[in-house]
Amino acid sequence: MNQGNGSPDQRFLAIQDLSVAFSTEDGLVRAVDGVTVSIERGQTLAIVGESGSGKSVTAQAVMGLVDRQAAKMSGQIWLDGEELLGLSPDEVQKLRGSQMAMIFQDPMSSLHPFYRIGDQIVEAIQAHRSVSNSAARRETIEMLKKVGIPAAERRVDDYPHQLSGGMRQRVMIGMALINSPALLIADEPTTALDVTVQAQILELITTLKDEFGTTVILITHDLGIVADVADHVAVMYGGRLVEVAPTGVLYDQPQMPYTLGLLSSVPRMDRERSMRLEPIPGNPPSPITLPPGCVFQPRCTYTDRVPDGACATVRPELLPAGPDHLVRCHIPTEERREISQEVLRLLAGAER
Amino acid sequence: MVMLLFLLTLTVFFLFTLLPGDPARLTCGKACTPQIIEANRHRLGLDEPILTQYWKFVSGLFVGRVFSPDSPQPIICNAPCLGYSFNHREQVLTLIMRALPVTFWLASGGFILWLTTGISAGIYAALRRGRWQDRSVMGVALVGYSLPSFFIGLVLIFFVILKWHWLPFPSWVSPFEDPVRFVQTMALPWIVIAVLYAAFYMRLTRNQVLEVFGDDYIRTARAKGLPERTVVVKHALRAGLTPIVTAAGLDLAGLLGGAIITESIFSLPGMGSLAIGSVLNADLPLITGITLMTATFIIFANLVVDLLYGVLDPRVRVS
Repeated sequence: MNQGNGSPDQRFLAIQDLSVAFSTEDGLVRAVDGVTVSIERGQTLAIVGESGSGKSVTAQAVMGLVDRQAAKMSGQIWLDGEELLGLSPDEVQKLRGSQMAMIFQDPMSSLHPFYRIGDQIVEAIQAHRSVSNSAARRETIEMLKKVGIPAAERRVDDYPHQLSGGMRQRVMIGMALINSPALLIADEPTTALDVTVQAQILELITTLKDEFGTTVILITHDLGIVADVADHVAVMYGGRLVEVAPTGVLYDQPQMPYTLGLLSSVPRMDRERSMRLEPIPGNPPSPITLPPGCVFQPRCTYTDRVPDGACATVRPELLPAGPDHLVRCHIPTEERREISQEVLRLLAGAER
Repeated sequence: MVMLLFLLTLTVFFLFTLLPGDPARLTCGKACTPQIIEANRHRLGLDEPILTQYWKFVSGLFVGRVFSPDSPQPIICNAPCLGYSFNHREQVLTLIMRALPVTFWLASGGFILWLTTGISAGIYAALRRGRWQDRSVMGVALVGYSLPSFFIGLVLIFFVILKWHWLPFPSWVSPFEDPVRFVQTMALPWIVIAVLYAAFYMRLTRNQVLEVFGDDYIRTARAKGLPERTVVVKHALRAGLTPIVTAAGLDLAGLLGGAIITESIFSLPGMGSLAIGSVLNADLPLITGITLMTATFIIFANLVVDLLYGVLDPRVRVS
């Protein structure tokens, strides 16, 4: 262990071999299986995947919001030199809201309906700092202005139901950033919002992230919003990471067939309308009975490229496929590149 | 609400008037001749058409009325006149006003006791959900809920009063006259009422808290780094309070109408004792009066609960 920073790869946030499993009546649900990923301070990591891919559980594990009694957890989570899974619940509680904060998918239900928004933010301040009520209120109004709430002095006394969805998400962002956390986890922050509002909220997160120097984990199922925001992208499927790459690399040279599928199913303005969206066939695997080989094998259209049907029997490892680029796939790297370029050409072909 | 109260007088009056049985015969006593029955019937006003009777009953509520106006000693019943009990030879309102304080003290003391124990035990169980503490609290609640109040009451009387002599035998006294004696008398009745109701409130509170536990704003509260206690009491309980308030309001109002069994066991001269006496004696005016009074309490409690919703839930408030 190094001094100051015990994290194995010295990054600001490093998740090491994280597994989270819940025992249910139907069997053991492996929600997250051996996830290893890290981010540098001040950068944005997007975790992308379908519902049930384990991306939200990963985030909740970082926040210490997974019910320890219900879940079996293993691995390590290093935040700024501190290992989180080894901390007591009280210690994690002190970090929550001060060192790391989170905003959620549905701003309609994420604020307490019975308390004024100002009071809810003041509560977040006073949970971690001894600040007088009036000072906390001033600070709250400042933050509301910063997140773009008009007439913040008046709005501070509103109840959540008096605000629109976008405004509520702004309040949530303000509440999350009020104690200047080093890490902000945004769990599908725009999914429940109108498209125009989505862009505003993403822009707000990016602006404030730069202002506060916050490290951001953006969790989303929408690759369309990732490109402008994230520095790195981690694609999850069936509780496992299947591809990790810098954002530019992921869009230019995606190598995992699942990532290709995701890219093909994103609607794009620069594509002709006649071009049909290509859905990925089939459904995500049940987290109780994961395929023994590659988790994506049942839906993959390229399994014939791998000899001996290894896709169905041998679990592929997450291996380097280029600088900073990790891929979990049995298809040889060269062949993956070809497939990738072919698919991208096809997608781009419709642009003319 | 006025409409509701009107319908209430109508229902109560006709329900009891149309019941089989002849009050004139019942008030007559052993040595009864047809002449006396007829006289009684006239005295009770039962020889008049039923609509006239109803009209006199309702107008009595507002302007008062006079019973046996043609007798040497007419009975003047001032508004609001609920009627005249010929069994007790007193006005119904006087009887009720004498019994009501007893029931009020019984109900309010029990109410405070059951709410505090019920809600705190419910929160405790919710905090330790699934563990042995939760199961034992819920087990106790189930037992309390299942035991009939006369059983609890008699067991308490047997041990606490008769066997261990911890308390003197209950005898009603106003708290303003003799506060010590008052508490000694009421302690056991309060416990009996509290056991019965607290069990229900434990379960209700626990279920309410656990139900809102899955809500997003609870996760937000945790993400803020609030202590679990604050999350449960300030966020979860607050959100789940509405049904508890509803139930509490209606239960309290219902109890003000008399806790028949508890009052009977501890010989408290409250509404319950009055009600059961009136039924046993077929004291029609008294039954009508008590029913009307109790129903009014419940309607009123409903109104109060509705108004409280506005205080509790800002979304209900009309700006």
